[in-house]
This record gives sequence, C-alpha cells and structure tokens, in this order.
Amino acid sequence: MRQWGEAMNITVNGQVHTVDVEPEMPLLWVLRDELGITGPRYGCGISMCGACTVHVNGLAVRSCSLPVGDVTGPVTTIEGLGTPESLHAVQEAWIEHQVAQCGYCQSGQIMSAASFLMTNPNPSDEAIDQALSANLCRCGTYPRIRQAVKTASAKLRGDAS
Amino acid sequence: MSRLGKITRRTFLIGSATIAGGVAFGYYMYRRPHENPLLDDLAEGEAALTPYVKIDAEGVTLITPRTDLGQGAYSVQAALIAEELDIGLDQVRVDPGPPAPAYYNTALAAESVPVRSTNDGAMANTVRGVADAVMKFAGVHVTGGSSTVPDSYEKLRYAGAVARETLKRAASERTGLPVSRLKTEQGAVVLPDGSRLSYVELAAQAAQVEPVTDVELRPPNLWRMIGQPMQRHDIVAKSTGTAVYGIDLAVEGMVHATIKLNPRQGGSLQDYDATEALAMRGVQQVIPVTGGVGVIADNTWRAFKAAEAIRFDWGPAPYPNDMDEHWAALSNAFNEDQIDARRRDEGNVVEALDRASEVVEAEYRAPYLAHAPLEPINAIVRVNPDRVDVWTGTQIPRFVQANVAKIVGVDSEQVHIHNQMVGGSFGHRLEDEVVKRAAELAKALPGTPVKLVYSREEDMRHDFPRQIAMARGRGSVRDGRVEAYDLGVAMPSVTASQLSRQGLNVPGPDLQIIAGAWDQPFSIPHYRMTGYRADGLAPISSWRSVGASSNGFFHDCFLDELIHAAGADPMEERIRLCWHEPSRQVLETVKAMSGWTGPRISENRGRGVAFCLSFGVACAEVVEVTQTDRGIRIDTVYVAAEVGRVLDPINFENQVQGGVIWGLGHAMNCEITYADGQAEQTNYHAYPGLRLYQTPDIVVQGLENGDKVLGVGEPPVPPAGAALANAIFALTGQRIREMPLNKHIRFV
Repeated sequence: MRQWGEAMNITVNGQVHTVDVEPEMPLLWVLRDELGITGPRYGCGISMCGACTVHVNGLAVRSCSLPVGDVTGPVTTIEGLGTPESLHAVQEAWIEHQVAQCGYCQSGQIMSAASFLMTNPNPSDEAIDQALSANLCRCGTYPRIRQAVKTASAKLRGDAS
Repeated sequence: MSRLGKITRRTFLIGSATIAGGVAFGYYMYRRPHENPLLDDLAEGEAALTPYVKIDAEGVTLITPRTDLGQGAYSVQAALIAEELDIGLDQVRVDPGPPAPAYYNTALAAESVPVRSTNDGAMANTVRGVADAVMKFAGVHVTGGSSTVPDSYEKLRYAGAVARETLKRAASERTGLPVSRLKTEQGAVVLPDGSRLSYVELAAQAAQVEPVTDVELRPPNLWRMIGQPMQRHDIVAKSTGTAVYGIDLAVEGMVHATIKLNPRQGGSLQDYDATEALAMRGVQQVIPVTGGVGVIADNTWRAFKAAEAIRFDWGPAPYPNDMDEHWAALSNAFNEDQIDARRRDEGNVVEALDRASEVVEAEYRAPYLAHAPLEPINAIVRVNPDRVDVWTGTQIPRFVQANVAKIVGVDSEQVHIHNQMVGGSFGHRLEDEVVKRAAELAKALPGTPVKLVYSREEDMRHDFPRQIAMARGRGSVRDGRVEAYDLGVAMPSVTASQLSRQGLNVPGPDLQIIAGAWDQPFSIPHYRMTGYRADGLAPISSWRSVGASSNGFFHDCFLDELIHAAGADPMEERIRLCWHEPSRQVLETVKAMSGWTGPRISENRGRGVAFCLSFGVACAEVVEVTQTDRGIRIDTVYVAAEVGRVLDPINFENQVQGGVIWGLGHAMNCEITYADGQAEQTNYHAYPGLRLYQTPDIVVQGLENGDKVLGVGEPPVPPAGAALANAIFALTGQRIREMPLNKHIRFV
C-alpha cells in the first residue's frame, strides 16, 4: 500500500475531525467532500468570488485557496456562526432585509461581513463597500447587502433591539 | 378517479382528483389531456388532471411547475394559492413537481410570435393563440422569458378558489348546513357555531364531491398577502448555509466526477493520455464522453487535479477561430440576402434620408457574454436496470428527461428528474449539456451514482454565451425633431442555436434578432427595423433578456444620438415621440423620480435616460454619473417599470435592482472573446460583472396601470447599459458605441 498522507485533526464548528488527506487539499474540499459541511460553496476556486469564505481563528479566509495543511486554528463555517434556531446578528440582518435571491453567495457574504464587523464595529459606507467588494453576487443583491451590514453593525453594538 | 369541471370562460378546464389520502385541484389540458405525472394508475383514455394544489394529511401543498432560480417565484406562487384558500404563507408547502407535458407555459409562447406587446387587438390575440397551441402540443415545460408570474397569476388563484369552494361543499354535505352559512379561515371551514373542520380532515371527502368551478376570485381590496411585503420561504435557509443546492447533494454510494472538454466549444476529442492522472490519489477512472473525458474520483478536488494532468489532442473549432472573423461575419451580414425579417417599415426611410441635408450614421457592437451563475453546473445521475435517477437544477426538465433516456437507452418514463435548488441561472440552465455528460458517465458505471461538477473554468469555457451583435443606424432630424430612423441589427439566431441542441429545427425568422428594437412604442415619421442573420458563429443561448439585451442598447443609444442632433431634450423628446400611454407614463414617472432638468446636472455631473419595452414591460431608467479625478462614478439609477401589478414589493425591488446591476455590470466590464477558437475568459478575474464598490443607489418604482400582470426578471436589463452610455455622453461628449464600455472609459 502506498502511504498517501498522514491523518490530521481539524476542528470545525467546535468539533474535532480526523481526516486523511493530502495537506495541499484546499480546506473547502475537505469540508465539503470529506466532512459533508456544504455551507461554504465552491464558486471559482481562485479566491475571486468569496462564496467559500469561512473563519479560521476568527478571521475570514478563502477556504478554496487555503491548503488544509496550513490551517492553524479552529474553523468556523456558516453552520457554526448561527443556526436557524439561534441566529447570529448578521444572519438576523440578512433575513430582515431579505437579501438573498439565489442565495448561493450569501454564506460567504455573511461570513465576510461577520469577520469585518468584528474588527470594524462601526464602519463607514466606504469601508463597507471596500470590505464586501471581494465577495461576488451574480444576482445583484448588493443594495440589500449594504443595508444589512449597517443593520448588523447596529445590532452588534447593541443600538437596536 | 378524477372529475371534470365545466369549461370556464378562461378556456381551460379545472377539476379535482382523488389522490392517496386526499384531493388535488388543477387543470385538464386543452384539446386532449396530457398524461398526469401524479396519477400513474389512470385507465387508458381516462382524463387526467395537472395538479396545482394538493391537500392531504401533510396539509396544503403547492405543486409548482416553475423552477425558482433565485427570483422568488416559489413564494409568490404560494401567496397566490394561499390568498384564495384563506391560509398563511407558512401553511403552504412547495413541491417542484415532476416534469410533465401538462405544465405548458402560456406566457412564454406569447413572446415568441411577432406581435407587439403593446398590441392587444383581436389579430394580435389570434396570432398569440396559435403559438400557444404549438407550445401546448410540444409540451413545453420551461422556466424563462420572465413568464412565471404572468403564467401563474390567474391559474393559481383560480385553483385556490376552486379548492376553497369545493372544501366548503364537502363540509356542507358532511354537516347538512348550507354552503352560504360556511366560511373559511386559517386552513379550516368554520361552521356558524364557530367549530372548525380542517382542510386536512375534509380532503378525502372533497375528492368525492363535484368540484365547484364557478367561483369568484377574491377582489384585490380583500387581499391579505398579494401586494404586501412577504418573507421568502427560503430566506432563513439561504441565510444560514442550510439551503441545499444541487452541488451540495450527496447520494449513497456516489463517486465524484469532473470533466475536461475541448476548449473549442463543440470540437472533438482526437486523442488523450491519462497515464499520469490515473496514478493520482483517489482517481478511479478516466472515461471518454462526447467532446472530452470525465474523471471519476473519490473527491471533487482530486478529480479537478487529475483532469489538469491529462494531455489532450483537440479537434478544431466549428466556428471562426478569432474575433476579427466573428465581427467580419456580422459586418458582411448587412445585405439583402441575409435579411431575417424587416419587422417595421413606416413612412419612407429611403426617401427621407435621401433628401435629408445631413444623415447621422453610427455602428454599434455588443460582445458575447457568459451567464456565469455562481453555482457551477452539476448533476448526479444513477443508472439502475429498472430506472434512471437524475438530480440537477434545470429550467428544462422535459428535455433533460428525453435526452437522458436517449443516451442511456431507456424509455422517458424510466427517467426520474429530481429538480434541485439552483445557485443562479440567467439562462444558463436552459441548457443541459452537463446532464448529458453525466448520463454518459453513469451509463459507463451502472448502479453507481455519478456526481459531475464542472470546474469554474470548464463552466465558463463551455457556457453557450449571449449573442454577439452589431447594429447600423442611419437617421435624420428636421425642425428640432427626429424625422427618420433606420436601424439594422445583425446577429446569429439564438433560438435556432439553442433549439438545435435539443434536436429541433426552427424554420422561419427569429424574433430575437430584432427583439427590443422593432416594437418600441415611438412614433417617428420614417421608421424602419431590419434584422440580418449571421450563421456559422459560436453556439449561443438565451441570456437574461435575450435579444433585447443587445438591441435595447442599440435602439435607445441611436435614438439618443438623433435627439441630440435635433437639439432636443433627451427626456422630453422621448416622451413626445411615445404614443403608448403606459410607456409614456413610465417615462413621466422616471422623469419625476430623477428630478430631470436636462442632461447636465452640474459641471462634473451628468445624466442619461433610456427606455426599452421588452417582455411586455415598459421600463425606463435614468443614470446619474460624476466625473471624478480617478474616473466615472455611477451615483444613482432611477427605474420605473409598468408591470400591471406588483405582487410583492420587496421581491419586486430586489428583482429590478438585480436586473439593473446585471445590465450595468456586463455593459461596463464584461465580454467573452475567442482566440484560437477558445474563450479567453475562464474565471471571474477576467469576467468581473459588477462588484459592490461600483454599485450605485438604485431607486425603483413599479407602475400598475396595465391590465396584465407581468414578470420583471428581465425587462430592467436592456435600458441599463444604454442609460449609462447616454449619461457618459451627456457628461463628457464621448459617444461610446461598443460594449463593454470600460474599453473606452475608466469606472471607479
């Protein structure tokens, strides 16, 4: 038998998983095909669309371009950010503004927004535009994304009920 | 057992049928019933019903023939049923239903015959009726052409009302109380003493009584949901990552596959060497398919990697290799022999231009464009001895079923389509090559479900793009008014190209060649519109707003040139030229919304207006731009559209804004070009669409003056690029006649 790789441990949404894959396999495909965690989506494979965005050590990363061997901390996917029963403030805002059309990019939009608001809790319009421009939406939900980020920012700062 | 109601004034037959544990309400088909997808046990010759509403132990289910591509169609359709049935939106389950010929799409047929959307005369309705009958016999079950809302608006409400009244009749029989003393509320028939008989407990009995088909629809002033903001049924799932798209699906025992096809679309595979790929981890097989190979592996990424490691010898492209040749073919198409149709010829354009002291001439270009929805195309196919299962998100389930049956070598009835939620389409999922390739792979691996996922690069290279097109305009002005307007448009036939892949030959002219130009509601003394057909170019497909996506740009920008030559105001002259009252109101509305005072706002700010009537919807847009020291910034877009009735203001606004962003993004930043027969853009770095930082404020207003309810997924697209080009001209004096506009302008 050929030895393909070594088993490694990876923590996703608080749960430890052991996977036996090549260290260069992108985190996205470990999540989707090895662990069945499909909230992070495949869109481009080259960090251009952001649909695969997850948090590693609390910061947004493009899981399609991050080799799993380089993952140095716990991973949070959209499923770990909040659930239908217990929503994260960003998800609440996304639902209030009915942002999604096809919805395929929205996991990544929400993960990018959540990470951005952690480091920039009260952003200017320009900062929102800059931060979220790295996430592509083909349906054109951008006007609602702008509004939802502002609402989420207020929620996280405790300004809104 | 099924029961036939009487022929209604709407010329379709409504009725009910017994189903396991309940009752279904729906429509019998015109002339002869198509087989019913849900009633397999009907005797030969027995009438069958196409169900729209099902009531059984699980409650009320909407069985919808339309795919939700992200446009919110499911929720709007559920509301139409719920409104008549006196239930809440959250009490309606949605089932996409199996593919069936009975789900014909009448609204789509109306757009495929050459009758102006503004024409409601008797002749127009007769011609539309012919196409309608053709669609019914062809059993077309298609989502497209902004047709879901117009097709559903009456049928679903009527089905809901018949269900309600029949349930009341069943309750009346059970209780002995007259129907007039019964009412309905929250999913139950309420008796005079306040006690309730739920629809679920009445369902079986309702299947046994004669359906009540002579029903009154709820008047709009009693509507609880239609016209009000609704929460989309999929919004929580789509905001929490729990929505399951086709690409997320796992079927027990499946293998992962990807594909590598000749990068020259439709070219052949001559030879390949997969030695290296087959030695890679997790790779199981490399299987030849039409035009390339499939790689079978245990993980998508491993399949992608292995596909890159295969060496190929590809055949030539079945169309010109380079763009110069494509443009030359269009340029050469402007001759009498290649006239597809001359659809408008008023006054005498030739004479008017001959005697004009000055003739304005211009040539316009629109490039090939990819659809590139964010979810790459994918399908799972499993071939078992007795049945074939297909899991995919498609707008053409009937064609998929037939094509898979042909490839696998079974009867269509043995092919079961499980339609999936899709991550965008914009016309991309009106093609089914991915399913055909998956079927080829699954046939080679009987019993094993094969999940085929295209890489983004393979998807974009093999996207059948929007048509390439060229237009030539000649016109003249007199006494400050537009006097003569002569436009020719040359392009390949999108209808012929698309349907050829379904084995269908489409005789006669293709309305799409001149759609969005020939039927504009303007009155110009000498006015002519000619379509020219250019064959032999790259295969193309329907792209959000189809022919109008290029022609709306051509027609309106050239009109803007003539208005400028006449020295008239762009807004006032369009209003003066417009003879169609609903369209004129759209222009008046956008004028008021934008506070229009002329094309210049200030020293460094300008605005442009554009109008296009497409899919029956009059839509006008005003774009405001600012010259900054880094380039042109789009500040605000004002949009007015006449749609008959806005069924859900939030969804309406979302659709219109999305259409404007789609129109602007591609007009500004995108093209697909071929070099050596291969698409040069293979991922979003080279095909950016619009991103948030370039997105303007978009102010939307729906008008409700027309008597027809119309869909709005496509109509905001055609005017967007034109209004932007007109705004840039107003600000800078630079007339850009070629998309993408960023070849000539820097946008910030």
